[in-house]
Amino acid sequence: MAKHTLIAYVEDVPGVLNRIASLFRRRNFNIESLTVGRAEQPGVSRLTVVVEASEHGARLVEANLYKLVNVLRVDDLTHKAALTRELGLVKVTVTPQTRSQVLQLADVFRARVVDVDEESLVIEVTGTPEKIGKFEMVLRPYGILEIVRTGAVAMARGHDKLSANPPLVRAEVAATRDHHPDASGLAMSV
Amino acid sequence: MKKLTGAEIIWECLLREGVDVVFGYPGGAILPAYDAMTKYPQIHHVLVRHEQGATHMADGYARASGKVGVAIATSGPGATNMVTGIATAMMDSSPIVCITGQVGSKAIGTDAFQETDVTGVTLPVTKHNYLVTRPGDIARAIREAFYIAKSGRPGPVLVDITKDAQQLTAEFDWEGAAPKLPGYRPDLRALPSEYEKAVELINSAQRPVILAGQGIIKSGTTAQVLELADAARIPIAVTLLGLGGIPASSPLNLGMMGMHGEAWVNQAIQQADLLIALGMRFDDRVTGNLKTYAPHAKKIHVEIDPSEVNKNVHVDVALIGDLRDVLGEVLPKVKTNDRAVWWAKIAEMKGDSAVRDIQSLPDNGHLYAAHVINDLWRLTKDRDTIVVTDVGQHQMWEAQYYHHDQPRSLITSGGLGTMGFALPAAIGAKFACPEKDVWVVVGDGGFQMTMPELATAKQEKIKVNVAIINNQFLGMVRQWQEFFYDKRYAATPLTSPDFVKLAEAFGLKGVRVEKRGEVAPAVKETLKHDGTVVIDFTVEKEDTVFPMVPAGADLDKMIRRPKRDVMLEAGDDKEWEMPSSTLPNVFAEAKAEAAALAGANGKSARATAAKPAKKPNRAAAPQRAAKAAPKRAKPSRR
Repeated sequence: MAKHTLIAYVEDVPGVLNRIASLFRRRNFNIESLTVGRAEQPGVSRLTVVVEASEHGARLVEANLYKLVNVLRVDDLTHKAALTRELGLVKVTVTPQTRSQVLQLADVFRARVVDVDEESLVIEVTGTPEKIGKFEMVLRPYGILEIVRTGAVAMARGHDKLSANPPLVRAEVAATRDHHPDASGLAMSV
Repeated sequence: MKKLTGAEIIWECLLREGVDVVFGYPGGAILPAYDAMTKYPQIHHVLVRHEQGATHMADGYARASGKVGVAIATSGPGATNMVTGIATAMMDSSPIVCITGQVGSKAIGTDAFQETDVTGVTLPVTKHNYLVTRPGDIARAIREAFYIAKSGRPGPVLVDITKDAQQLTAEFDWEGAAPKLPGYRPDLRALPSEYEKAVELINSAQRPVILAGQGIIKSGTTAQVLELADAARIPIAVTLLGLGGIPASSPLNLGMMGMHGEAWVNQAIQQADLLIALGMRFDDRVTGNLKTYAPHAKKIHVEIDPSEVNKNVHVDVALIGDLRDVLGEVLPKVKTNDRAVWWAKIAEMKGDSAVRDIQSLPDNGHLYAAHVINDLWRLTKDRDTIVVTDVGQHQMWEAQYYHHDQPRSLITSGGLGTMGFALPAAIGAKFACPEKDVWVVVGDGGFQMTMPELATAKQEKIKVNVAIINNQFLGMVRQWQEFFYDKRYAATPLTSPDFVKLAEAFGLKGVRVEKRGEVAPAVKETLKHDGTVVIDFTVEKEDTVFPMVPAGADLDKMIRRPKRDVMLEAGDDKEWEMPSSTLPNVFAEAKAEAAALAGANGKSARATAAKPAKKPNRAAAPQRAAKAAPKRAKPSRR
């Protein structure tokens, strides 16, 4: 079992999110995060779904997504060079003594302070889901009041033409590319 | 361009889709559509007695004709009553379009009278569904619904239309309403490299078996599959829904596989080195224990729906596409081969079971369901007959003892196993094929779920012949209780009304049959009669479907037919053997069975029959053997 990041382009029609969610629940696939937003074309939404699945399970998820009439195209970015980003807002308790430490940590994570009052700070942090998890971890001792995360969004690097066909009918991706974690993304931040 | 009301647009669209009959039930939210129906006498409306019946009728119509069946209901309860029929059609890939009324678009979400979120409720059991709130969108929704229902892997599509959309007017533009479905891919094709792999596997296989599913019937490729099987001498095993797709009389056809399939068919699958699955989906009822399923076999899966591939069984080659196209690619490249060794081995596995003909067994005064069905087959096989079965023991006996030679001559609920399916589906089938005889084979339990549809048959003046296999039990559940729950018959004994009087109350003819000699006269009389006839076959109460693979057990570890067959020798309690080994014990068992049959005295033969089958395997894998035998199951010997 591993995390798989799938991108789905779907027609922007009422109920489409319900169809996707229903599919995942019915087939017993485990969604870790799901985000939806507009895509480059009008009338098309773009979903980023992170699922916990085996390689074989991921192909089934993909095939089942293609089966939905409103789904235009699905890409699995797991084994491709891809950027994955998430945004988090963290509201953390501060005292005059800890304030500067927290600000320093925020600086290390290239996070921005977006709200300040006498007892708390709200910090906006972007990066990979792992980075946000780590930021949360280091702030926990100071007392986190609230945290909100957007869920991952992802995009392939470069300009490879991606297949718009379900598994089993598309040609295999050329050669066996190495698993390509978002290494450069990590190097840029922490 | 014509301006029409939404209700009129519905019927204009149905006309243009070639619909001649719809099955439905009126109600508040669909009333505008029903009112407009009076302007379209070309389409016949069948008033059902329950909306579930409407969907089953549409389903039966679709399965018998290959066309799209149409069911209509009102909002709320009308639509929710359809859910069972929709799910049945979904599981068996049957093309139906359901049109439901919905409360006015302004009232949606207010919990208005008879409001239900029907698109939400039916979302997981439809191929696709639509909620239409404007009259101008109706034509496109219905056109797309028909297109989606019948293309690719067929399935049910529901169109929910608000009452105001039916009442308001819009311009009716049929051409402009052509389907626009950029994400829908019904015509996928495998890569050429996959065909090469498949052909290589077929040509090099020593012990191949074709698994023939319903896809053959849906794609109408019986001839091509037989051509493939004949050229390369590949034996064919058939799924329940595939029955009829390959003629039972073909020497290439081994018979039905799976839970209640014949033992030699399952053994052939388990010993095969190549399985060629054509339009079937490796349901748990045909695979048994997935861990031990066809362990030596490479697998080729020809399937139109990519999400079915590698779902249950991992396959070596997947040929995605329409069966007709795939066979067209593969057939010319398959080398002829007589595979004599493999056929000899299968003949050996068949042993004496294959030549046993239940017709030649002496009449012992008892009426067995298997006899009823076998007699029915003999009496109707020369007529153009469609048999529609319900779900349970009678369904399996029908599959075993009625030998279907024509595609679409058996209609049954395989995937969902919907009791109550048979009678309404048969009415639908009769509308599709009025020139054919339609027989309903149904249990006393399932019949009582949808029997009010007899009134539909009466009102429509159509003839379906209903054979109730009445054993006064929910027989299949009782059988499981006998095998796996120490004969504790919880809630399975069943008191039924007098079916003969019931038929008469519906204004139909009723006949009761209690002895074997009465079967043939009753069937002949039924065939002569003008209208629907209900025959109550009062059969042996605690009869059992053999052979059987217990749920989750290895496919070739079957509970075999009793050594002293109840049909051979009456008066003795049934005796059967729970399989306990994980290794194939074909030969030991076949030998033991032959010995048991040959031995005039049952007891001594029985004792030897049990031993050789078990001993070697216990030694080979003691702990796995223990696991394979369901704990509660004990052979009942009294």
